[in-house]
Amino acid sequence: MENTLTPVIEVKEVHKSFKTVHAVQGLNLTIGKGQFVALLGPNGAGKTTLVEMIEGIRHPDKGEIRIMGKTWKHHEDELRHLIGLSLQETRFTDKLRVYETLRLFASFFGLGKERVEEIIELVALEEKRKAYVVNLSGGQRQRLALGISLLNKPKVLLLDEPTTGLDPNARREIWAILRKLKEQAETSMILTTHYMEEAEQLCDYIIIVDHGKILREGTLEQLLNDEKGEKVIEFTLKDAPETLPRTKGEISDIQWNGTQGSGKVTVQNMNTQLPEFMDYLQQNRLHLQDMECRRTTLDDLFTTLTGRHLHE
Amino acid sequence: MNNRLSNHQLWQLIISYSRELIREPGVLFWGIVFPILMSLGLGIAFTQKTDVVRKVAVIDASGDGTSVQHFLLTEAQPNPEVAADSFRYSYTIPDKQMGNTTFLFRETDWKEAMVLLKRGQINVILTEQNGKPEYHFDPRNPDAQLSYIKLSGVLNGKAVNTPQDNGEIKPLTLAGTRYIDFLVPGLIAMNAMMSCMWGISYGIIDRRSKKLLRRMVATPMKKTNFLIAFITVRFVMNFIESALLVLVTWLVFGITIQGSIAGLLAIFMAGNLAFAGIAIFVSSHTANTEIGNGLINLVVMPMMVVSGIFFSYHNFPDWSIPFIQKLPLTMLADGIRGIFNEGLGLSDIALPFVILSAIGVFFFSLGLRFFKWH
Repeated sequence: MENTLTPVIEVKEVHKSFKTVHAVQGLNLTIGKGQFVALLGPNGAGKTTLVEMIEGIRHPDKGEIRIMGKTWKHHEDELRHLIGLSLQETRFTDKLRVYETLRLFASFFGLGKERVEEIIELVALEEKRKAYVVNLSGGQRQRLALGISLLNKPKVLLLDEPTTGLDPNARREIWAILRKLKEQAETSMILTTHYMEEAEQLCDYIIIVDHGKILREGTLEQLLNDEKGEKVIEFTLKDAPETLPRTKGEISDIQWNGTQGSGKVTVQNMNTQLPEFMDYLQQNRLHLQDMECRRTTLDDLFTTLTGRHLHE
Repeated sequence: MNNRLSNHQLWQLIISYSRELIREPGVLFWGIVFPILMSLGLGIAFTQKTDVVRKVAVIDASGDGTSVQHFLLTEAQPNPEVAADSFRYSYTIPDKQMGNTTFLFRETDWKEAMVLLKRGQINVILTEQNGKPEYHFDPRNPDAQLSYIKLSGVLNGKAVNTPQDNGEIKPLTLAGTRYIDFLVPGLIAMNAMMSCMWGISYGIIDRRSKKLLRRMVATPMKKTNFLIAFITVRFVMNFIESALLVLVTWLVFGITIQGSIAGLLAIFMAGNLAFAGIAIFVSSHTANTEIGNGLINLVVMPMMVVSGIFFSYHNFPDWSIPFIQKLPLTMLADGIRGIFNEGLGLSDIALPFVILSAIGVFFFSLGLRFFKWH
């Protein structure tokens, strides 16, 4: 990553193992002020472990983590004031009202009613301020959690799958709040997510991790341009066979899923390779049911890199 | 309220936790209403003079001229309440002081008598040998003993028609000597234990399992404030519960606190501290509410059984008494009882006060050391 900005988060050669799993394996990361970074990866990729180490509740076996030049070992109290976080599974007290919950968390930072009012407005929970937490919808709860994480105007915001399980509308509401935060350019954020779209919408920088290692990183443009302007042909066949016959010439490497009857070919030059693909089908008496040509997406990149889909 | 106080994290923790408690109607019922109902129920059951019915099986009483047969036919009355083949005869010993005793007799054979005995419907079997009644019962069953003593008195003719004038019995109804006086201090001690153990332990384990604890310690919240808030709210709740219990039983049964009020508050505080410390220790590690359940029961159940809450622990074997007396619940119950009923003062409860407080501080520190925040 470019290092022109003041680093807010520095992760150097960090390793972390659990009994049988080497969850994080020599990870490096530098995040500047105001940068929004997405950590993309399937379950078990090591995202949460990395976030927990940055959050200070786990300690690396090897390597170093600094936040604004400070370490958890020596500056825990200061760092607690700088960080805001929202965890996917947190359940706040059922029979406490929205306002009361915010007021409680505000008190931990020595903040009063004024800040609570600002947050309620920011996360658009004015109408629900007196509602018990137990009566909030999934999206409202997640907005409350986000509001709590923003109480202290954090320099570092860590969001662990903030929109998992939410419907598209609720998801867009969360995104809107985060975009507003981005405009102020005061907060650096790390967001873990399964959703490509979320990473694309919110983050300037995307890091793809799997098995505790960074597979690829860069801006969305960089990541997709890396693929040298590749395009993708997706297709389904009538009377799909278990396996496809070999290909030759410019068409190589068809990713074929025999059980679903669908396949994917990556091409550099649509003008020459598309006709060749059609010839290939005709020669092998394969009949198209459906076909789509499009730009490569993060999902394609991810599948190429890991052999898995993000949602697996 | 002053803004600085209301923004303070300890204050916010305390009011949040209080709100959570108050908003759970079940908490108020089980914490306040239930102990009062229990004391009323038990108090009334054990202070009312009641008529006792004792059932007896009679075997082989059909021969003529036997004393048992003679007694049944001449002295006893037909029992009007039951059908034939059942307890057909009844005999009542009137007693103004201790309540009437009514014997019900059933003529039957050995086989059936044994079934009745095993089912607990009777506890004495009456037979006759050489013109003399014989009584078959479990000599270790005090209730059966009492049946035997009364029944033999009746059959020996001594108490047949003329009930003893038991003017020699002077009923003790003085405050401090009745069962209710024994019970209420025990209930206060038990409430303190239950409320601390379930309220604090469960509250902490539940927050840990919801990952709320983890979320809270990710802020600059002071960990001790979190625990102090929990303990404070429980102390206040327990104090209100106990005060209401004393108030109601004072109104209904006229129970009194004969000793030092300051001593009572001191021992009550120390007992709460002991159980709060144990509660924090018990909940220091697990995030599983079922394991929590088990751990809490492990602490609570043995003390409930042996600490003499409902009945005196002096019925346990002598060798076990010194151990029982060192349990926190026993110490608390004995301390409160001493102040209520024996008029103990502050200095009398100094030792249990110190021990209970030390238990609290010890387990609190130990729990804090092992405490798993995330």
